[in-house]
Amino acid sequence: MPDASLKKKRPLWYNLSPLNLPLPGLVSILHRISGAALFLLLLWLLYLLDQSLTSAERFEAVRQTIAQPLVKLVLLGLLWAFLHHLCAGIRYLFLDVHKGVDLATARATSVAVIAVSLVLTALAGWRLLW
Amino acid sequence: MNRVVVGAHYGLRGWLVQRISAIVMTLYTVAFLVALAAARPVEYGQWKALFSQGWMRLATLLFFVSLLLHAWVGMRDILMDYIKPTAWRLALEIVVILVLVGAAGWAVEILWRT
Repeated sequence: MPDASLKKKRPLWYNLSPLNLPLPGLVSILHRISGAALFLLLLWLLYLLDQSLTSAERFEAVRQTIAQPLVKLVLLGLLWAFLHHLCAGIRYLFLDVHKGVDLATARATSVAVIAVSLVLTALAGWRLLW
Repeated sequence: MNRVVVGAHYGLRGWLVQRISAIVMTLYTVAFLVALAAARPVEYGQWKALFSQGWMRLATLLFFVSLLLHAWVGMRDILMDYIKPTAWRLALEIVVILVLVGAAGWAVEILWRT
């Protein structure tokens, strides 16, 4: 029998692009990405809260900052991140108690998570940012 | 001594903390939206008044403590999955903890300043 150690170790390549994922997988990686994004911008959001509660002038300054198109875009992204993370998280809680584990239901709830979070993002974004 | 700083019983406690903190934050979000709708703060005085209420301060504090715990478990999982060299992972974990504890402390200052 040939010795296993004589075989060359060949490199492995996993085709792990998020675009190749089935929908539940996409929801999952977006759940992780949205969570990380919220963490990364946490201090900035706290800064906005801090400034808004410091004085009337600072409150106005925050309002003007938020009015800038680029800032609005970032806030819209964070809004989506929060809502997707929340909706996907609720789906996970149901999965934790074994509800919706079968493939058909899992796919359906994944679609629901994407749809609901996008709709809520549009609604909240319209309400809060424009 | 060759202590391996990985796989240290990460399991039930983190799982539970993540779920409980998530529920607390979800409840706060709903309550906060209701409070916003009721108060409709459009200028500084109203906004400041909203956060001067005792229950609002307490609820927001609970939100931030939950966020600290929730984000820690989440970021720890991410670091565990993608940062294999122990020294780098430990360093980043420390940064994450400092950011989160600092954020919680800052939140306390924001909420209880006069």
